[in-house]
Amino acid sequence: MTDLSASTVADNLARARRISESTARRRRLQLLMPALIVIGIFGLFPLTITATYSFLSPGTYGGVRWEFSTDAYVQFLFQRDIFDDTLSFSDSYLRIIGRSVGLAFVTTIGALILGFPTAYFIASKPPNQRNLWLFLITLPFWTNLLIRTYAILLIIRDEGLINFALVGSGLRSTPLNILYTDPAVFIGLIYSYLPFMVLPLYASLEKLDFKLVEAAYDLYATRLQVLRRVIIPLARPGIVAGCILVFIPGLGAYITPTLLGGGKKLMMGNMIAEQFGASRNWPFGSAAALILMTVVMLALVVYVRNSGQGGRRHG
Amino acid sequence: MKRLTYSLTATLALGLGAAAPAWADGVLNIYNWGNYTPPDMLEKFTAETGITVNLDGYDSNETMLAKVQEGNTGYDIVVPGDYMIAIMIEQGLLAMVEPNKMENFHNVDPKWVDVWWDPGRSYSVPYQWGTTGFTVDTAIYSGDINTLALLFDPPPELQGRINMLNDMNDVINAGLRYLGYGRCNSNPDELRQVAELLQNSKQYWRTMDYSTIEKLTSGDVDLSQTWNGAAMRAREQRPTLQYAYPVEGFTGWMDNVAVLADAPNMENAKIFINFIMDPENAAMISNFARYANGITGSEAFMDEAMLSAPEIVMPADAPTPDFVRPCPQETVDLYNRIWTQLKQ
Repeated sequence: MTDLSASTVADNLARARRISESTARRRRLQLLMPALIVIGIFGLFPLTITATYSFLSPGTYGGVRWEFSTDAYVQFLFQRDIFDDTLSFSDSYLRIIGRSVGLAFVTTIGALILGFPTAYFIASKPPNQRNLWLFLITLPFWTNLLIRTYAILLIIRDEGLINFALVGSGLRSTPLNILYTDPAVFIGLIYSYLPFMVLPLYASLEKLDFKLVEAAYDLYATRLQVLRRVIIPLARPGIVAGCILVFIPGLGAYITPTLLGGGKKLMMGNMIAEQFGASRNWPFGSAAALILMTVVMLALVVYVRNSGQGGRRHG
Repeated sequence: MKRLTYSLTATLALGLGAAAPAWADGVLNIYNWGNYTPPDMLEKFTAETGITVNLDGYDSNETMLAKVQEGNTGYDIVVPGDYMIAIMIEQGLLAMVEPNKMENFHNVDPKWVDVWWDPGRSYSVPYQWGTTGFTVDTAIYSGDINTLALLFDPPPELQGRINMLNDMNDVINAGLRYLGYGRCNSNPDELRQVAELLQNSKQYWRTMDYSTIEKLTSGDVDLSQTWNGAAMRAREQRPTLQYAYPVEGFTGWMDNVAVLADAPNMENAKIFINFIMDPENAAMISNFARYANGITGSEAFMDEAMLSAPEIVMPADAPTPDFVRPCPQETVDLYNRIWTQLKQ
């Protein structure tokens, strides 16, 4: 098996050398084309529309009027006073962004704390058992997110399974109020996004050479030192990828806060959706979506750059 | 000119329709609210006319409008709410099919003919109408339920047990009524008071959500702002619920069947419009979705439970439902700010 793949690699290398550099580039481009076309049409095109709309005026019943305006961006930070029409600073939307970022951040940390030992456990299993564990991790994806979130709702509600057990066993006289609170959203988000953390962590930890761990122990490192100085630095690419994969969808989460949060507080996703519905302000919705995207991109750039340097420092 | 052409074609079609048997092969594409169209009614329509029906669903007037504004949807029939009919007529999105000249039009209850959103009914016919109030569990709270104070200044047993609709207009309109102020209000002083009222009452509300039936029947809340048909469906599972007719007033609404201006199957759409003005067919709609229709004579075909339901048959001393018109954009902007501040 290994012999065969080794010879294939050698053949490929030989063939690659024979092909001139320009042909190779053309082929790469051709192979990339389908992806580029998909990204161009379904990624850049809608983004251009969003950016354009954010600089227009809202139409009377939704839609836009073709008049240039920066009101959508001004509205994000300032509001006109109801009395004298002066602009004053308003933090309503910043608070909504703040709450979304906060919740996404806490979810990421929570998923990391739960996901790391899980991934380590799987990576330390014999190779023939790993696939079974990975299969179990991906099992929830077989069911739609909406249905899974609904199931959580049924479990934690006042007359749900947990409270049924608590009250029934006499541990509590009144049901525990979990549903429609921030912790409920937190539970739902961690549950939904945990696999996105475990899988990249596993990919990193799987490649971890356990001889290095043994070597560290031989050099009298404590267990904490092994974790901090050996395992975590080596798993860093997986940690970064996992955090990104959890943080970004967590920031725009829509179903989970709506179902489990009770709808009393707006999240970023719900706020943007509302602009295209009852609020009838498409330019503001577009501007808010772009602002959110910018915040995410900036956070990512800073994060990846920092962790990239960290990775180099640790060798 | 456009209108003239429409009315000409409509008259011509009507003449043809009267002469030829109502057997026209083809399809009809209906775009209606989700879980709102009785399947047996559609089967009956297909059996009688030979027209195959395709059904698609939406969840809000605004979603439907946004899609229709794009054009070329392929839909023939839409079922917009009252204010949305007015908007769509103004924007030229509806065909003037003149239901008022159709064979079954005499069945339409006269009080639903000269409505503000379509005076004389040149564009649309009634689908169902209802009210937006709230429903309370009388086993939990035994006092007088016909007041909005239960939403904004609730007694201790209802505090933290309330669901409000997650709807800017329904919540703000209820607040305006409780304080005795007018709808589509842009008076800054009055709006500021409404904002303060909502801010203060929010602590008593557990959730703000559209899924009212489920919230009530699961025991998550004991009071919910809701629509009368939904209140009836909830009561069937939780018998102690009672629908309130608050003395401060409540919202009335009507969904109406209309034909899109660019409907590909215009003639079939007209046959459908005429079809649902038949009392037996209108009754099928009500039996399914639990709201009253505007067709006289449909009572004879309606479920016994519908005819005596306190949610559907309004008590004589209840206030007249308030059919709220769409507000100007400045007012919507002010409402939007109150709403954002409330939910920040």
